[in-house]
Amino acid sequence: MELLRDRKNLLVVAGLGSTAWDITAAGDSPLSFPTWGAMGQAAMMGLGLALAQPRRRVLVVTGDGEMLMGLGALATIGVQRPANLSVVVIDNERYGETGMQTTHTAHDVDLAAVARACGFKESKIVTRKNQIGPLRSLIHEKRGPLFAQIKVKAERLPLVLPPHDGVVLKERFRAALLADVLPEKL
Amino acid sequence: MGWPEQVHRSLCAAGVRIVGYVPDAGHKRLIELCRADKTMRAVVLTTEEEGIGLAAGACLGRQNSVLLMQSSGVGNLVNVLGMVQVCRFPLVMIITMRGEQGEFNPWQVPMGRATPRVLETMGVAVRRASDAREVAPLVAAAYKGGQATAVLISQSVIGIKSFQEQRTQ
Repeated sequence: MELLRDRKNLLVVAGLGSTAWDITAAGDSPLSFPTWGAMGQAAMMGLGLALAQPRRRVLVVTGDGEMLMGLGALATIGVQRPANLSVVVIDNERYGETGMQTTHTAHDVDLAAVARACGFKESKIVTRKNQIGPLRSLIHEKRGPLFAQIKVKAERLPLVLPPHDGVVLKERFRAALLADVLPEKL
Repeated sequence: MGWPEQVHRSLCAAGVRIVGYVPDAGHKRLIELCRADKTMRAVVLTTEEEGIGLAAGACLGRQNSVLLMQSSGVGNLVNVLGMVQVCRFPLVMIITMRGEQGEFNPWQVPMGRATPRVLETMGVAVRRASDAREVAPLVAAAYKGGQATAVLISQSVIGIKSFQEQRTQ
């Protein structure tokens, strides 16, 4: 997963389904929180995390179906304008886990335009592989909030499953954050 | 000091920095206090459900939060409370009740009546404040309990008896 190459101190929340598998395939980390439910909440979790940890960069990676279920979050995030938050939608225009039914984005709903209208400083649609590297730089460096909708082919990629114990996922994230902060305080 | 001022103090004492809310008349004063408080970030939500994601993210980020809403919003929380249960997020919600004795809007009654059972069904501990003096201590206790907790403030405590009264709040 090109987006997560050299992730350094990035905090990552992944929406359920293939985006959760994808971030795990890129290399699971305690500072990744893959969701297995709560569809519609990935972006809001990113907001909560970004507000709680203003000195860290936060990336939400999610699917089009999951983003559509929580579309209001783009307005809520737009109002708060967290500079350290990026929301990236991997848009295959399908509900991947339920039989590949088309989502609204297959019928021309433009999520990047919605994000822009909600106040995201930077909002783009990505269609080419060579645009991913620059996007990765923006995620790490640019003053956000940032939104990107990456159009991808609807295909079944190999499954790499993250842990599904929610308490384990929560505690490993919180412990890893503490471990990250302590050296600065010494 | 009224209950909103006392609750604001309890929230400060609990280290709450993130306040998610869908405005309602009963929470008007507490929302004002949180918005004016420079140590707190008050986040207006398009739907109460967003508050769960917000609180979960805050918890991952090692920050305490609170959600303020009316009972009518509880119905918007159900599925996502599943994540709260599975991950054991220590969520705290303060909920002003509608649909109780003296309610003027019949559309408020179903969700008002269902609120305690919906919350309990989804694994949230429910605490009831029937008197203004009970609210802040229940909120303080919620932050010590380590479990998802909803403090319900009875409609009689809020005291709004008509649409006109609500509008002039």
